[in-house]
Amino acid sequence: MYDLKALYEAQSVQDAVRLRLEHPEAQILAGGTDVLVQMREGKRAGKELISIYGIDSMRGVSIDEEENIRIGSLTSFSHITKDPIIQKYINVLGEAVDMVGGPQIRNAGTIGGNTCNGVTSADSASTLFAWDAVVELTGAEGVRRLPIQEFYLSAGKVDIRPDEIQTALLIPKASYENCFGHYIKYAMRNAMDIATTGCSVNVVLSEDKKTILRARIAYGVAGPIPTRAPSAEEAAGGRPATEETAETFAAAVLSDIRPRDSWRASKAFREHIAVELAKRGLLESIRLAGGATV
Amino acid sequence: MSNQYKLIRCTINGKAVEQMVDVRASLTDMLRNDFRLTSVKKGCEVGECGACNVIIDGECFNSCLYLAAWADGKNIRTLEGLMGPGGELADIQQAFIDEAAIQCGFCTPGFIMTAVEILESGKEYTDDELRKLLSGHLCRCTGYENILRAVRKTMLKRLGKA
Amino acid sequence: MMSKSVGRPVVRVDAFDKATGRAKYTDDLCDRSALVTRIVHSTIAHGMVQKVDTRQAEQVPGVVRIFTCFDVPAYRFPTAGHPWSTDPHHQDVADRLLLNRHVRYYGDEVAVVVAEDEVAAAQAARLVQVEYEEYPFVLDVQKAMEPDAPRIHEEYPGNVLAHTTIRNGDYEAASKEPGLIKVEGWYDTPTVQHCHIENHICTAHMEGGRIMVTSSTQIPHIVRRVCGQALGIPWGKVRIVKPYIGGGFGNKQDALYEPLCAWLTTQLGGRLVKVDCSREETFVSNRVRHAIRTHIISWVRPDGTFAARKIECFSNQGGYASHGHGIVAKGMGAFPQIYPCPNVEGDAYTVFTNRPSAGAMRGYGIPQAMWAGESHIDDVARALGREPMEYRYQIVMPKGYVDGFSKNENYYDTFRQVMDKGRTAIDYDRKRKAYENQTGPVRRGVGMALFWYNTAVWPISLESSSCRMVLNQDGSVQVQTGETEIGQGCDTAFAQMAADAIGIPFEDVHMISTQDTDITPFGTGAYASRQTYIGGFALRQTGQMLKERILTYAVELTRQMKETLDLIDGKIVRISDGRELMTLGELATEALYSLEHSQHITAESTYQIKNNAYSFGCTFAEVEVDIPMCQVKLLNIVNVHDCGKLINPALAEAQVHGGMSMGIGYGLSEQLLFDERTGKPLNNNLLDYKLSTFMDHPNLQALFVENAEPTSPYGTKALGEPPACSPAPAIRNAILNATGVAVNNAPMTPHVLFPAFKDAGLL
Repeated sequence: MYDLKALYEAQSVQDAVRLRLEHPEAQILAGGTDVLVQMREGKRAGKELISIYGIDSMRGVSIDEEENIRIGSLTSFSHITKDPIIQKYINVLGEAVDMVGGPQIRNAGTIGGNTCNGVTSADSASTLFAWDAVVELTGAEGVRRLPIQEFYLSAGKVDIRPDEIQTALLIPKASYENCFGHYIKYAMRNAMDIATTGCSVNVVLSEDKKTILRARIAYGVAGPIPTRAPSAEEAAGGRPATEETAETFAAAVLSDIRPRDSWRASKAFREHIAVELAKRGLLESIRLAGGATV
Repeated sequence: MSNQYKLIRCTINGKAVEQMVDVRASLTDMLRNDFRLTSVKKGCEVGECGACNVIIDGECFNSCLYLAAWADGKNIRTLEGLMGPGGELADIQQAFIDEAAIQCGFCTPGFIMTAVEILESGKEYTDDELRKLLSGHLCRCTGYENILRAVRKTMLKRLGKA
Repeated sequence: MMSKSVGRPVVRVDAFDKATGRAKYTDDLCDRSALVTRIVHSTIAHGMVQKVDTRQAEQVPGVVRIFTCFDVPAYRFPTAGHPWSTDPHHQDVADRLLLNRHVRYYGDEVAVVVAEDEVAAAQAARLVQVEYEEYPFVLDVQKAMEPDAPRIHEEYPGNVLAHTTIRNGDYEAASKEPGLIKVEGWYDTPTVQHCHIENHICTAHMEGGRIMVTSSTQIPHIVRRVCGQALGIPWGKVRIVKPYIGGGFGNKQDALYEPLCAWLTTQLGGRLVKVDCSREETFVSNRVRHAIRTHIISWVRPDGTFAARKIECFSNQGGYASHGHGIVAKGMGAFPQIYPCPNVEGDAYTVFTNRPSAGAMRGYGIPQAMWAGESHIDDVARALGREPMEYRYQIVMPKGYVDGFSKNENYYDTFRQVMDKGRTAIDYDRKRKAYENQTGPVRRGVGMALFWYNTAVWPISLESSSCRMVLNQDGSVQVQTGETEIGQGCDTAFAQMAADAIGIPFEDVHMISTQDTDITPFGTGAYASRQTYIGGFALRQTGQMLKERILTYAVELTRQMKETLDLIDGKIVRISDGRELMTLGELATEALYSLEHSQHITAESTYQIKNNAYSFGCTFAEVEVDIPMCQVKLLNIVNVHDCGKLINPALAEAQVHGGMSMGIGYGLSEQLLFDERTGKPLNNNLLDYKLSTFMDHPNLQALFVENAEPTSPYGTKALGEPPACSPAPAIRNAILNATGVAVNNAPMTPHVLFPAFKDAGLL
């Protein structure tokens, strides 16, 4: 039994917006895999909950009229992984969320919940950062869109206004076209774990596959919120797709990331791993894009 | 503070049921307390051990992290529903028995239900894929070895390959 | 007549119930009317409770009563699941109350809320205000021994619970021999937890003026005694029932919350009350494995023989004595035996600290001892420039070795036999060669480790077993023993032994798995890998008694000489011509309903065992080390055991798999962490505590060498704990082989490997 004060179940997005306004203290509940855990720990005990889990219109992946990939916020991790659109255009996202917890958690957990938690270790977040995802929020005034980098404010805090719920995540065509990426989750176990550090890299190669036209990289757990590494991206953009570029690229991440010491891992260790992941991530992305580096 | 209740209509192990539930209840609470389906075990209550795993509309969920209120309209299956009408064991239950995949038995119901989801996909998986599909359950007795054997054997049998 | 059932891989007697979800565990049996509880744990590592303010908490609707450390009876009680000793000098340390004013670790019990439902209990527990006088605390075992360390128990200045020694020969003189090579190392093992999937749970109510407790325990008869001691009531006033339990691994070889639960029902008019541990509580406020720091010095001759050896062990007891010194004493006891040396000096200290209390856990000191000892042997081999497995062939315990204290004998050349089998299985010799001179970032290695283990607790403590057999009308037999099924499969092994002892088919034995101290014959429970070995004596003796009574009755019915009759496969057979004279069912029905001579044929007996048996084996491991990622991938692992004759090969293999998995976690990932500034546990949940998942190890291979144990009626000996003893050092030695880096701290996580690889210049 959960120590919750009241449960309000939204039947539609509009209904959720109304409930948000009526119950400003209430916590939004999606798949429950984080909020209910926290409630049991006592952190959110005694709170009211607005469950949006029943809003089926917020599930599923599609290509919208602007050719964005549109992922409904309640789409579960396992459905993202299995989705043909994801597999075709941004397979790395499907792979990344396939590393969350275990299979049951991936059936319950949603990408919206994963991002709205605002935690740096979320397995979806670094890939969404690295692919310049856009967050769609729906409120009383209508729809608001903002880049995911702006959505994350600080550890555990995201930009959701009191009348809003997050309704979708969008990947713009300019981001996913001809782009190939790789995510590495560095954790202490191969399942049921949170990332010690997560790194998502993607590249667009020239037609002859010899030059990196664009490289993007983002980390989880390299700072209080997920973060891009612009210096590294700059160090690789326009450079030949070689092992040497990968080394330069990887070394450059240290000027962009700010991991900290905690009981989970030391700063020095996280930095060391971050560099190694950047290098391996870039090489694998190049390989996926049809390039050859070795 | 007065308690809040919700009338749930759902199907449990093939049977349509109605139940008034306290909205604070997890699906584990509802299945264990209201329906006495005690194969649904509590091992951590935070979705880490998999002992409370059940199948909801064809997919596995940790019922500890699933509100009973969400069960409305759902088709829920627990280990108690696997046995045939004449008391026949399902092939996967028999395989767990034959492969010595059961020791203390506490993780067994959850594991078998995940195995059911895997087997019902009708696909053939490699050992590594099976390990990943089964990785939402912790077991301290078996080292997972004989559980893997039981699931693999049943999968191959159903596919006509063993 | 033997071995119709024994030795066959029969299906577990409880498999059907467990595969169908019908097997009932403690919570499944608990009536929904039960009052629930929530324990208020201390939020400091060391101090004295000055005041507990429950006023706010009592206002929560649904709260029934709140009890604090100021309310409990003043009977101090011991909790260890050891047989009681009638000699006061050998009794376990009684250092606890049901709730404690002097709190000795972060998580100690201060108060308990009883409520109508769990939400009310949780809300109220959060509102209980505890005022402490805080004392300094100490987490490190050697710091706790320093003169200015905080004193954790008044009776133990210096915090040393116990110190025992080994003085064989003359270490000092022998170490002066010219030409010796000195090899020295410090080896550390972590605090880990059992992580049985069913948390500890118990319920209690009163019936007929007595307290009835249902508990997830390994030791019902011992728990009865401890409840009596804790409440200051006659032990017979307490009844303990043990249904199926979801694993124990030693944690439930302690009285945990049964005494508190038993006391609560007496304060609540006998109402049914439940104490149900959360996973977080199980990690901290039950028991953990002793973290042991070991210092070894070996003085070695160039030919590899030992001139002198020294060992010091510092065992971190945590806040309360529980099993205490028994663990490190057993561990140190292995040291002079496994690699015999005439001059050995040993000191073992068990030291109180402000960590969770350490108790029994699978292996009982041997996994720690093997981590240190088997890591050290590889270090010695390296110092000598020897191949470490081949070196063990030279120095390990020889056939015929006898231990003076236990009188245990190494009847066969077991160590060399298990190495022969293991090296072949993992292709050790070829791989060892292939992995020489590697240079890349990803390297492979093979390593191995032996383990020493002895079965059961004689001659330290009592070893006895009792058994009852009752013949039914149809010729089937109920069998009860005081030895406890906790998941390991002993009920099945017992049924096999009973079937053979009586002379009936396996299917005709009905094991009564539920233990009830009012009904079950006395037995001390499941621990020390004793069930199959110890239980076997009483089962055979009682089976033979029953058979004797059956045959005596058969004489009346058949008018044959008793010597010409036998009971074979459930039939009375005349040996002279092999004719089946009647079935046991016919005899049993006649015996019960006879108007001439009615008799309920039963047998019950106790067998005291004054023996012990070595149970040895080894692990071979192959790893791949990704040096830049500081990650180890276990590629192959093989355990080889000589546990005597296998009673049930399928269950034996399964048992070994589980122990190997636990050993792998011990070596690579599991560790309970504490905040150095507060003593607060940091990762007491199954997400942050890295128990191996399905994806964290390769296929597990279990092999056996079946040397019949001459002291056992079934030729068997320990298997339950041994599989967990040697995987960790085998993996450590494989990493050493792959990288040249000797890691002395378990678990060998990336956090440990990172600085080690840096120091070695690999990063």
